[in-house]
This record gives sequence, C-alpha cells and structure tokens, in this order.
Amino acid sequence: MKRRMEIILDGQRIRVDEGKSILDAALENNIYIPHLCFRPGLDAFGACRLCLVETLDGRLVTACETPVEDGMQVISDSDRLNRIRRVIASLLINGHVGDCLKCPRSGECKLEDISSYLGINDEDLTKLREFKIDDSIDDSNPFFLKDNGKCILCGLCVQSCDIIGVNAIDFTFRGAKTKIGTFMDKPLIDSICVSCGECVETCPVGALVKKSEKPSREVKTVCPYCGVGCGIYLGIRGDRIVSARGDPENPVNNGRLCVKGRFALNFVNSSERLEKPLIKEDNEFKEVEWDEAIAFIADKLSKYNGDEFAAIASAKCTNEENYLLQKFTRTVMKSNNIDHCARLCHAPSLVALSESLGSGAMTNSINELKKASCILAIGTNTTETHPVIAYKVIEAVKNGSKLIVVNPTRIELVRHADIYLRNKPGTDVPLILGMCKAIIEKNLIDHEFMKKRTEGFESFKEYVYDLEWDEIESITGISRDKIREAAILYASSPAASIIYAMGITQHFNGTDNVFALSNLALLTGNLGRANTGINPLRGQNNVQGASDMGALPDLYPGYQSIDDAREKFEKKWNCKLPKEKGLILPKIFERACKGKIKALYIMGENPILSEADINNVEEALKSIEFLIVQDIFPSETSKFADVILPACSFAEKDGTFTNTERRVQLIKSAVRPPGDAKPDWWIICKIAEKMGVPGFEFENPREIFDEIRELVPAYGGMSYKRLENGGIQWPCRSRDDPGTVFLYKDGFTRENGRAKFILPSFRLFETPDEDYPFILITGRSLYQYHTRTMTSKIKGLEEFKDWKSLEMNPIDGEKLGVREGDFVLVKSRRGSVKAKVRFNEALMEGVTFMSFHFAPVNRLTSSVRDPLSGMPALKVSCVDLIPQ
Amino acid sequence: MQRLRKILESYQGKREDIIPVLQDIQKEYGYLPENALKELSKYTGVSEGQIYGIATFYAQFRFKPKGGKHVIVCTGTACHVKGSDQIIDTIQRHLKIKEGDTTPDHEYSLEAVGCIGCCSLAPCIMINEKVISKIKPRQIKRLLPQKS
Repeated sequence: MKRRMEIILDGQRIRVDEGKSILDAALENNIYIPHLCFRPGLDAFGACRLCLVETLDGRLVTACETPVEDGMQVISDSDRLNRIRRVIASLLINGHVGDCLKCPRSGECKLEDISSYLGINDEDLTKLREFKIDDSIDDSNPFFLKDNGKCILCGLCVQSCDIIGVNAIDFTFRGAKTKIGTFMDKPLIDSICVSCGECVETCPVGALVKKSEKPSREVKTVCPYCGVGCGIYLGIRGDRIVSARGDPENPVNNGRLCVKGRFALNFVNSSERLEKPLIKEDNEFKEVEWDEAIAFIADKLSKYNGDEFAAIASAKCTNEENYLLQKFTRTVMKSNNIDHCARLCHAPSLVALSESLGSGAMTNSINELKKASCILAIGTNTTETHPVIAYKVIEAVKNGSKLIVVNPTRIELVRHADIYLRNKPGTDVPLILGMCKAIIEKNLIDHEFMKKRTEGFESFKEYVYDLEWDEIESITGISRDKIREAAILYASSPAASIIYAMGITQHFNGTDNVFALSNLALLTGNLGRANTGINPLRGQNNVQGASDMGALPDLYPGYQSIDDAREKFEKKWNCKLPKEKGLILPKIFERACKGKIKALYIMGENPILSEADINNVEEALKSIEFLIVQDIFPSETSKFADVILPACSFAEKDGTFTNTERRVQLIKSAVRPPGDAKPDWWIICKIAEKMGVPGFEFENPREIFDEIRELVPAYGGMSYKRLENGGIQWPCRSRDDPGTVFLYKDGFTRENGRAKFILPSFRLFETPDEDYPFILITGRSLYQYHTRTMTSKIKGLEEFKDWKSLEMNPIDGEKLGVREGDFVLVKSRRGSVKAKVRFNEALMEGVTFMSFHFAPVNRLTSSVRDPLSGMPALKVSCVDLIPQ
Repeated sequence: MQRLRKILESYQGKREDIIPVLQDIQKEYGYLPENALKELSKYTGVSEGQIYGIATFYAQFRFKPKGGKHVIVCTGTACHVKGSDQIIDTIQRHLKIKEGDTTPDHEYSLEAVGCIGCCSLAPCIMINEKVISKIKPRQIKRLLPQKS
C-alpha cells in the first residue's frame, strides 16, 4: 500500500499517492495545468516547460518532473507563470503551421487547449520573427500521416517508440533544424517502423494523425487477431468500423496495440463478405434463404453415420460456438471426429505439458514477464507473431531483466538480448538438454523443489549424464561454453520464465521439444511461482478457448477424457455418446481421401491453405460427398463446398474469447451483420433443431456460457457480468474465486500432485542432403494473418514487407547466382513452387524462409507427424532451389 | 566490409562506444555510409534510428561522400553580414545541389560552416582547403567550372 500524501495546490488540499508528480496530483483531481510533453503512463520528459509551477519559496519547477512531498504548497497560476508560458506557447505556435479548422486533431489538440487557456493573441505572435518551418508531409505510411510542420518536438512519439523497443524515430539534427526523423530521413514506410501507431496515439497535436475517418461511437471488445487478446475500443461510424484504439484499462495490453489491431479491423466492412446461404447446383452456387439451407443440410446430414461425419472447429470463433459445434458433433452426429487448428500449432504443448505438469496452457501470465529476472525466448519470433507480448519482454529488458534468445534466425528480439544462441534449425532438444546438463554439472538445481514436487529426476539425471558435449556441439552448432553461459544465467536468476511458440512445436519431435523445456523449468524450480513458468504463446485469438471447449477428438470440454467423463456428459446432455476416440485433423483428410469420411462441417477454417502437404487436402475435399463451409468470406476451401453459410464476424456477435494466458474475455456485437449473415452459434442451433435433436434451444450466447460453466469446472465461477472488466483467468471455480494468475501454486494437476521429468528423444526428421541441400523454415509475418482471409481485405497491409517471397542469406544467393527479385523454383520431396528471392541477412547460410501466408508454401511441407501429438512437421523441410 | 568489421571489433559494442565508432568510420570512409550505420546498429543493438539521431546532432559527421572539390562557405558573423546567404544560393543554383549534398558526378560537394577565421576578407569560401576571399556571386561560375 502506497503512502498517501497531501499537497496544497492553489489553496486546495489534494491527496495523492507517494511517488507521484505534482502534475499527476493535479490531473487526478481534475485540475488543469498546461502541459504538452506529458502523457499518463509515459515518463516525464520536462521538455515543453509549460507545466512550470511556483513553490512556496518562489522556485519554478516543472510539475511533471517534481515528485510531491507531504505538505508541499504549490501555485499553478500567477502572472509570473503565465508570462513565461505565453512566451513558450507563442514560440511553439510560431513554429507550427496549419489551419486549425482543417486539422484532423482539431478539438483534441493540446496546443489549441493551451493557446486558448493562456489567451494567446495576434499581439503575442506578430512580435516574433518569422520562422522558416519544414512543412514537409510524410504520406508514405498507408495508415497515418506525419506532418512535420505541425510537430512541436515534445518527444512523446519518440518515447512511445522507445517503450516498445522499435526506435524507428528519434530527434535528428540540432537547434532550429531539429526534427523527428527516421534513419537517413527516409519515408516511414522504408524505415524500421512497424506501423503500430503508438506514436499516433500519443501525439498531442496534428503532427501524427490516422488517415482513417473519425468514429461516431465506440464499443469495447477484444481484438480478433492473435492469441494475446488485446482489449480494444472499436470506432464505429454509421454501421462501419472505421478505427480502433487500445483499451487502457485492459490488463493484457494496457492500451497498446500492433498494426493489425489498430489499423486492420475494417475487413468487417468488406464488400466481399458472404451475405446469403449458398447451395451448389450443377457446379454453381445459388443464393437461398436460411430455411432452405438449413432444411437441405439437415436432410443431407441425417443420411450419414457417426464415423462418416467430421467437423472442424475454429480458433477464430467464440467459446460458445466451439462448444456448440463439438456438442453437435457428439450428440447429433454421434461422432468424436472433431478437431481444430491447435493440431497445427500447440498440440505438442497440450500433450507434453498435460503429461509432465497437468495442464497444457501458459503456466503464468503475460504481465508477469515484466517482472521475470530472466526470459528465455526460444522458437518464437515474438515481435512478428505476438507484438504486444514482445513489447512487454522489451520493457522487462529495459528494467533490467536478462533475455536469452534461441533462434536459428537473427530475429529482431536479438537486438535486445543478453545472450543469443543460434542453433541449427530443429536442434532444440539437444540444446535444451545441454542446458540441463550444464545446470546439473554446476549443481544449480533447486533440490528442495526436486524432492517435494517432482518425480523421475534420477533417471533424467542419468540420461543427461550420458549425453556427450561433443555430440551436443556438433548437432546444435553451438559451443559448450555458450550453452553453459546461457544455462547458468537461466538457472541462477531468481525468477526465470520461458516463452516459446511454433519454433518449438511445429516439428516432427515437437512434443519432445516441449518435454525438454518442461524439464529445464522443473530442474530450476521455475514453476508454480510468480514471474516464472513455461509459456506457450498461442497463435489465434481463441485457440486456447477452442481447446478448452473440447473441440478435440479425445477430450470433452474442460479436458475431460471421453473414457472417464462419458457418463457425466451423457447425463448432462441427456443422450448416448460415442465411445470411440475421434480423428485428429490431418487424419480427417487422410480418411476422406479413402472415402471413409463422407460429410465434413468446416466452421471458420481454410484448411486447403493451412494444412501441411496440401495436395492431399485438395484430394480429400474433392472426394467428400457433402461439405459445409461456414465462414465470413468466400475462401479457397469454400470453392469445394456443397453449402456455404454466411457467418458473423467478431464485431457482429456476443461471446467470449480465451487468450493465451487463459484469460476469458467478453466480445460484444458492435455493428449489424451484412445481409443475412448469422452468428455461428445460431446456425448450429438451427441445424440441430431441424434434425430434431434437443439440447440446442439457446436464445443467446449467455445461455450457452451458462451451460459451459456447469460442465467445465475451470470456468465454473465465471459469468458475463464478472467478465465485464478485463476478463478472468481460468481456473476460476466459484463465484468468489478471482481466477488464477499462475498455475501450480499448491501442486501440479497430475494424479499425485507431482510434476514429472520425461525423457525426450533426439529424433530429427529431415536433414539437408545432396538432393535437397537447403532448409526451408515457415513462419508468420507481422503484416499478414494466417491464410489472409481477413488481412487480404486491408489494402494498406499490402504495402509492407513482401510476404510472397523466398528469403535467403545473400551469400547463398551469390552461390546460386541469383539476385534479389529473381525467381527460383523451390522444390521439396512433396512438391514445388516458384517464388521471388529476397535477401535477408538475418537468416543462416543454407536456411531459407517463406511465410505461410503465401498459399502454395504448404505444397512443400511434409505431413509426416509427431507421433505423440499428431503435429505435422510444418516448420522445417528440406528443399532444393533452382534458379529460373 | 572488412575495414568496417575491423573498426567494430576494436570496440565492445556498448551504447557509449557509438560516437567514437562513428568517428572511426568517418575517418576510414570520409563519411558515414548507410550500410556501415546499419552494421553498427546490429553490432551495438542500438536501433538505426537512434544512431542517426546521434550522428546528425554533431556537425562533424556527414552522410554523403565528399566531392572531388569540397566547397565550404563561411556563414560566420562577418560573412553573413557581407551576404554569404547569396553566395550559398548562387552555388546551390549553379551546382544544382543543396547545402550538404554532393553533385551526382562526385565533382563537388557543398557545406556551410561557422566562422573560418578570416573575417577581414569576408565573404569567403574554401575550395579544398584553399581560401577564396571577398567573393562575389558572379565569380562562382568561373570558380566552379562544370564538365560539358
């Protein structure tokens, strides 16, 4: 609890927490003191000198920089102060161009406020010498303008760019020529700017302004892109989404956003949206009414047996909808053939962490990263994939946390790292075990934790002892000293946290990778405590929720096994349930090829682009007799459909999303859906009703959520009302349970309460050989999202980083005799695609990269799977490059 | 590249090394090449934007190679009073470059500086260390002849 202090401001007694500034105290008490270069949440800068106040002894101090002292007496308004402020304000106005009425910031401009507060008039201004202003405008960024003539050099933009660790802009030049500029004064689009728009949000004048229209109302909801789950306010004008801003109260992002969250949400307004149900007749889609479509589907589906039907749920849809789809599959179709895209991202995490710790989710929370004394970021290009989490990692580093980055590519995060280990692709297990070996050798083990809370340590110790350093070095390509250095830093930190993503899981040995990481955390006791943990960063906004809701072939909602919990669910759902375990996602397609799966219901997915080895998927979709695709846009997959159903986007329905840190958050309907589009839950209910199966009589998502609460203990204590402000992290078992910030405080959720060391194997899948000498890594780009169903509708995003190219090290380019912009044929054992070459020095020699937004990339990847989780080895494949 | 590596590796790559490294780079290349600054950013972990902010703060650093003839125009008090602004304007028009730039054929570069210490001869310019005094705009064409 902070001490409260009392100060006397202009004769008024006001109270404020210790450590706050005079300006904080005034603003918290709704007292205005002129200021320009200060914004709550950022550091005081003291540059504009407008917040000068007088202390009792007549000193002039800046209110923003001066901390309060108990009993302090301060004057904020006097002739002396106003005289000084008038001069400062006049000089600023003299160096500021613009016609206020035509300025987008008009009405919110702080310079305008100050000018009118101080009563600046012509007399103040005409006595000043005319000043030659650089009034150039940088129009290069598709989402915002930089109008140099309006800049008052307050530095807020520089500070906001610094906080997120990008530092694309800074004060450049000196004296009267000072300006906010990029490297070599290039247009923003050619700089390292990531277009997050944080600077635009902080600019007090019209120097950095959004190009978008102004909204007429706002609706609080959650961003639909990645798994971070940032709170946003959607700006709406009429029935269109025109803007978005971060919700400063939301604990996940504290108001910060990335380029997609801030500028790429108006895909909702796209004219390409599906508006009417479509039924395929003679290879052409015909618009029909809902009644007809529902009747058609009900009639068709009733002809199939359970094992002939499969459904693919969606990590983009709400918890309620995923719950309903799995319920539909199990109770109406009597099948357990339901899965979703987590199979292609964190299935290994789910399998490995459930087995070793008890639960497959992030053990700790995003905000705890800020306080971790060491962060190990392995197999995650966080700045591209989870930008807002990256902001927090960088913030932690600035506050003294140590950062270890393990990645074959010299990613942006490396710039902030204390130790960078550049291992060969796919060699994480030996590297992590090497770290474990070093920790055991140096005896940095948490013995008490080992004794009280774990099992299987002895055999793990022996296993690690037997590993040879020579072997580890030769496989990973990293010296033992470097591995030891990283291990010691990790093990000797009081609270160390691991974050990882697809670089760990999307391998033939993905589950082994996660086992290895889990062992590393256990060895050092970095679990079950604040600011530690092992944290898989989830890719999609609701992929955690889709798993929680039981859109899995072997688990009911709440990860209850279909063997153990069947009776409970049969009773609750009042029907018999199938006993046999369902098919995992890739197997659904395999079986479809063989004609075993005849009907498929795809909700909000585009598997023809997202699956590994898509040649196979195409064949599967062609051989399926009856395919339902339910989506917001026509997709590459919907071409194969027999019925296409128009669904509502995140902005047109209510419901809940569960983010990567297990936080269940409310989303709210903000605009009217286009045409006849309906929420996914409504559609599923109607089909079930038409098929005459009870249990789907829901009026709204709240009623569905109430049923979920009864069945999923971890959601038991939640309600829409409780979720209103910032959401709740599961497990939350009762009405008065505040939710769980970090897991395993009192014990692991395995049978005996102990975590288990599991021995990972060393298996490697493909290694380069003479025929396929290059390694191809696939990954995500900041400016696109997955199969681009949403982001392709945002024109501005096209102007960034070419996501269609094949990236390679310039040295490899030289060897091959290709230049940037040339085309090469990329050939793997599965197929080949043509791609344009782009050089990227961050890549290792012999390693190439393609983003998975580029559709044909999955012609190259392999569907060979991790035997433990079913995860295809999407991340790494071997290719040959043939210059064209 | 080799020369740059050598310079970088003689420092630890800390933030406080940036100014001395910039000086060494300029000594080696005569200016700060863009790619060298990018490498420096990678080596120190300080972003290229910040490095540019630091480098532009100091008058000693330049970002374009000097021309064969480096023309310095004095803008000290005496020269200013005697019309150095006009001299700069004339040279800019004549060479079709801005102050601080180099002609595309690398023949000339133009820089305006503070007092060069020969106020009694104002206004003056320097061409490759040689002072030309009491200069008048109409002399410029003859002093700075252009090919073709």
